[in-house]
Order: sequence, then structure tokens, then C-alpha cells
Amino acid sequence: MSWFGKLTQGLAKSTKRLADNITGLATGTLPLDDERLDEIEEALIAADLGPAVAGRIRLRLADQKFAKGIDAAGIRRVVAEEVEQVLTPVAVPLIISRKPQVVLVVGVNGSGKTTTIAKLARLYKAEGKQVMLAAGDTFRAAAIAQLKIWADRVGVPIVAGEQGGDAASLAFEAVKRAQEDGIDVLIIDTAGRLQNKAGLMDELAKMKRVIGKIDPTAPHDVLLVLDATTGQNALSQIAVFREVAGVTGLVMTKLDGSARGGMLVAAAETYGLPIHAIGVGEAMDDLQPFTPADFAAALVGATD
Amino acid sequence: MFDSLSDRLGSIFERLRGRGALTEIDVRAAMREVRVALLEADVALPVVKDFIEDATQRAIGAEVIKSVTPGQQVVKIVNDCLVDLLGGSDEPAPLKIAVTPPAVVMMVGLQGSGKTTSTAKLANWLTTRERKKVLMASLDVARPAAQEQLRVLGEQTSIATLPIIAGQTPVQIAERARQSAKLQGFDVVLLDTAGRLGVDEALMAEMAAIAGATTPDEILLVVDSLTGQDAVNVASAFKERVALTGVILTRMDGDARGGAALSMRSVTGAPIRFAGVGEKIDALELFDARRVAGRILGMGDIVGLVEKAAANFEAEQAEKMAEKLAKGQFDMDDLRQQLAQMKKMGGLSGLAAMMPGMGAAKKAMDTGAINPKLLDRMEAIILSMTPKERTKPEILTAKRKIRIANGSGTTVQDVNKVLKMHQEMANAMKRLKKMGGMKGVMKMLAGMGGAGALPGPDGAAPAGEPGGAIDLGAIGRMFGRPGMGSLPPGFNKFGRK
Repeated sequence: MSWFGKLTQGLAKSTKRLADNITGLATGTLPLDDERLDEIEEALIAADLGPAVAGRIRLRLADQKFAKGIDAAGIRRVVAEEVEQVLTPVAVPLIISRKPQVVLVVGVNGSGKTTTIAKLARLYKAEGKQVMLAAGDTFRAAAIAQLKIWADRVGVPIVAGEQGGDAASLAFEAVKRAQEDGIDVLIIDTAGRLQNKAGLMDELAKMKRVIGKIDPTAPHDVLLVLDATTGQNALSQIAVFREVAGVTGLVMTKLDGSARGGMLVAAAETYGLPIHAIGVGEAMDDLQPFTPADFAAALVGATD
Repeated sequence: MFDSLSDRLGSIFERLRGRGALTEIDVRAAMREVRVALLEADVALPVVKDFIEDATQRAIGAEVIKSVTPGQQVVKIVNDCLVDLLGGSDEPAPLKIAVTPPAVVMMVGLQGSGKTTSTAKLANWLTTRERKKVLMASLDVARPAAQEQLRVLGEQTSIATLPIIAGQTPVQIAERARQSAKLQGFDVVLLDTAGRLGVDEALMAEMAAIAGATTPDEILLVVDSLTGQDAVNVASAFKERVALTGVILTRMDGDARGGAALSMRSVTGAPIRFAGVGEKIDALELFDARRVAGRILGMGDIVGLVEKAAANFEAEQAEKMAEKLAKGQFDMDDLRQQLAQMKKMGGLSGLAAMMPGMGAAKKAMDTGAINPKLLDRMEAIILSMTPKERTKPEILTAKRKIRIANGSGTTVQDVNKVLKMHQEMANAMKRLKKMGGMKGVMKMLAGMGGAGALPGPDGAAPAGEPGGAIDLGAIGRMFGRPGMGSLPPGFNKFGRK
């Protein structure tokens, strides 16, 4: 199946309810009155866009004149356009241009960092790049074993230490190895941490500093992995991880579930950080480039 | 946990205060704000709608007459509704594990919700608190090294795990786990299942098959408290396929506004049993609806604070403190002891989060605006005093203060702050004595709907409780926000000024 098919299939599953909400409210061509605007706003809130963004989209819709009224498909189209407009500037793929390009992957516990790393490794390997992984989650039990298994399956080398070891020195070691071995992409895993734990966030800042000692330009990318199931707390995650770890881009996982990931819209409005990719399944090739038009269309349940 | 929501509600009710009567217009205006606050807090839309309807109906009409001020009345009503929604004021029912052994407890949930960690925490809870012999088994054959993760956790906690046999299906592992538990005389067997999406038909069917094969006594849904609107879908998807008996909310130590807590109970109908509150294996707490509702309203987690203080306070110290309290004496050495006690309880940031109106202080601390070393510095100041100065701080002259400041590496202003804090605490202790000592405090807590949850406080042990709570009020004042941390004796002091 093409990546486009995967994306729409994954998102279609996840957005059925939103589509139901929007289509369910209008049969035939009707004026876009307050009641219909209310329902659109609520449908957007239910997709995790947050009350503020939903309110703004509602206002923009209300400003437009639909003299002849508008049908369900029309509503979906204009809502999708609004969403797409917000997302288009942030749809930027992760380009590998350095050697070695050091990619640090961060996020809260359970957001899907390790799985995303495996998918990224596979993607870049398929492009013919030399990929290396570093098992920087030295905290969670068996996290190292988990990444080792992935490295085996993908067929890329991995730098790993002991559980309970110092993540920063492991990262240092990995960057050194990557330089020596002529690696194109080094992807470093980190332990999951809640962004309000100052001590753990400091550790992350330290890890970044230590990497910078061996290559002042590294890490070149700091990816924040967001779980689509997360609600408005995602914004707090972006704010703090950006501040502490200098996040340069986002990856959203678990979009193949019933969550719709609407807070990406709020995130794009507030922070404008690039959205590099989305995860739409458990299989290795279920990491897809982020395409605003498709995402917006799927979010509002447009079928074409 | 719910800082942001309590801030929001706080500012709403601030506006309502001081008006003569609570009109329908006032209620509707307040409820509009409550609605937005709840939505921003990730409470699911249908739940919000029900809540607002319920609270509005309760707020308009006869109940208003009884109020002291309109704002207080709305606070009370919203609080009551929140408590109801969160599961009522009863403690969550104990797990149904007093069955013919082994009792089977199955953990289910989405990927990354925290099932494996929660399994280990629950096993640890059952082992240490209920003296049960527990076996853990990982049925997760999907995520690489998931079984290994549980095995390592079992090793760390000295809790038995089912030996891993490669190639078995989850149902086979589940059956083997129950068999082994039965033969080896385990009381409880915990089944940690793979994470699955509600829309994944094959995996949902597999989950139902595991439940069918093992007939669990408890099926607990593990939910991330960071979850957004999807909470409703998740809850109903799992509820459709297995008979959920409870919910565990994880990552309650995060700064999420925690709307998932409000949504879960109303959708699943199952009680929220536990809250995961940290990365450590013992960071699991019984879920307390009143406590969480109180925090939402900005009343702070008084009960949590008291419990934490009680657990940490050595009985011996408590007795001494009670004695001094009875005499109305409180010297610098006592203050130092209190500081040491506070450090043990997790330092300022842990405590501040639990205090009413201290959210701002906690935020300031998290961002480094307030030095978390404050406790250390205060201790250094007291340690730089002579024994005589400590018992009689009133003898401190300017010269002595300079010596103390130099000795502790601080400034005279800092020394004065500590002295002022001591003075305030000593006054508080005196007031406490007038109120009838411990009983007065308990009554005060009861007024907030808190005391019911306290573990039978007889004798000396509870002496630590007022100590812990009042200290913080003083600390709050030290941050230069007058009255910020003061203990609210019921609703009449609600709101921040």
C-alpha cells in the first residue's frame, strides 16, 4: 500500500467520529448559523484542537459569507482549508545533510520514542544512509534490550551501555564512534521524562551539552515525540522541552488509534515548530511524512 | 496535578465574590468559564456538558439562600459536582482479591499508558501493604523486550515473575500463569497485557480471549492522565470488550490538568482505584476523589500533605513536639527539626504542589526562579546560632545577626526572614493550642471534607500534621506572597488574595 493510502487509512479510522459530527449536523444546504457554528466548534474541541483554536476557526468561518448556505461537504472543505492553512508552514521533512547528523529523540514516558527511532532508522537505511543508534534510555528496565532488538531487525549498529549508566557519557561515546565509523545518521534514544520534573530535564540539558563538546554543531536535530492521545498537555510538553532541550521538530505517534491529534494545530499556531513525520501503525514502515492537506482532510473526514 | 485548572476556577470565582445574590445570569456566566476551563483541562466534551448542566441546575435556586457569599456557594456546588463525578466521597473499594487463590488481576490499556510500570507498582503495593504473595506475568509478545522489562522489575522488587517461554501466545501465557500461581501457592497473579488500540479489532479480540480464558477477578484499565478528548473513546472501546472493574490513572505527577480523571469514571462507570505519582516503584496512591476535587478548586491537597507528614514523622519527635505544643513553646531547634522533616517529605517542590495557591510558587521553583536550596540555607542559618540563641531568639542583636549571616554564608535579611518565619509559626502554634490542639486541627480538616480519610489519629503521631501544614503557610509568606500558603479552614477562606 502506498504511504498516502496508509496515511488516509490510518487517519480515516481515527477521524470517523469527527466526520460524523460534522456531517451529522447538516443535511442539505443551510445557512451557517450560530447553532451550526457551535457544533463545528465542539467537533473541533472533541478532536483535541483545544477551545482556543476551535474558537478562532469558528470566528474565521463566521466571517466568511455563505449567502447561499453551505452543505456538509462544503463545511468539511472550509474547515479543512482553515486547518491546512495553519499546518502548511510547519510540514518540513527531516533532511539529512551532515555527516554524521546527530538526532536526539526526546519526550515524555510512553510517547513512542523507541519505536519511532526504529522506524526512522529503517527509513534512512532504505535511503542508503549509514545509520547508527544509541541506547540513551538507561533508566527504564529493558529499554536497552528493546532498542537492541530493533537495531538487529533493521540491521544497523548500536552503541549501548548498562542500565543505570550515565546517558550523557553514552551519548558522547556514540557521537565519537559515529564520527570514526563514517556514519551518516546517529539517532540517540533518551529516557522518557515528564516535563515538570526539573531534575530529569536538567539531565537532558546536560546530555545535550556533552554531545556539543565533541561536535559543537550537534545535536543537529532534537525531535520531540508526541503521543496523539495526549490532550492539551502536549503544548506544555513542547514549551518545556523546547526551552530545555532545544527541540527542533515534532513527530506525532499513534495516529492510527481513535485519537485525532488536533493539538498539532494548536502547536503549529503557538510554536511553529516543524512537524517531520507521523506514526500511523505498529509496522516498521508506518512512519509517514506529514502532509497538511491529507491530515486536514482526514481530520474533518473528507473522503477525497 | 491540577494547578492550571484550579488557577482558572480561582480567577472565575474571584469575580463572583462580594456580590449580594447569586443570580441565574451570574451562574451561567461562571459556568461558561468553568466549561472552557474544563475543556482546556482535557475533560471530554460530553462529560463537560453533563457536568455543566448538573452544576448549573444545582446552583440556580433554593441552594443559593444558604450561602454566605455567592462565590462560596458556587465553589461548594462545583466542588460537590466534581466529587460526585470523580467517584463520590467513599474510598475506592478494595481490589477483589480475597477469593480462592489465585486471584487474577488483568491490566489493559493503550500502548505507552504505563501498564508494565503500574503492574510492578501494584504488585509491590499488594506485597508490602496487603502481605500477599504475588506473581507477575507479561503477556506482551508484541513490544520487543516487554517481557524482559517486567522480569527486571520483578528482580528489582523481589517479586516473582513467570519464566519467559518464547513462542507462546498471550492466552497460553495467561493460562500458564494461572496454573503456576495455583500450584505454587500465590495469592494474586497479575497479568500485564500488550498495549492495544481500541480500533484494532484483532488485538481487542485477543484481549477478550485472555479475559475469557482466565476469568479475572479484576480487570484494570490503565490510563495516562495526560490523555485528551480521546479518553472517552478509549474508555468505551475497552469497556465494550471486557468487564472493567477499575481504573489506574498514571503520570498524575505530571503537570497535565488531568481532565482524564474526570472523564474516566463517568464513561467506564468503574471506580478509579489508584493514581501513579512517580517513577519509583512505591509511587502508587489510592485515588481520592475529594482530594482531587479539592485541588481542582485550589484548596490544595491538604489531606495528602497530612498523610505524607504523618508517614514521615518519627513518633518520638512527634511526642516531643506535642509536649512543646502543649506548653506553647516553639524554638529555633524545633523549626530546624521541621525543616529537616520537610526535606524528607520531598522538599519544597513536592510540598508546594499540595498546598492551596502554591501552584505559582511551585512553578517558580520548577523554572528556577526560587532556589530549591532554600531549606538548606534556612537550616544553615539556624545551625550558625548558639544553643542559647536557638532557645531564646529574642536575644539576637544586630551584631549577633551579622555573625550568623557570615557563619551561614547568607545575609542579615535572610536571617531576619527565618526569624520572622519562626515568629509566625510560634504564633500559629499558640493559636493552635487555643483551638484545642490536635482536635482543633482535625476539626478544621474535617470542615474541608478531609479528615475522614485520615488514619485513626490517636496519641502522639498526628502532632506532625499541624507542624507540616503550618510550616508551609509560613514558607509561602517567605516567598513574599502574603497569605498564599495559609491553611484554608473550609470554604470561607477560599480564593487567593
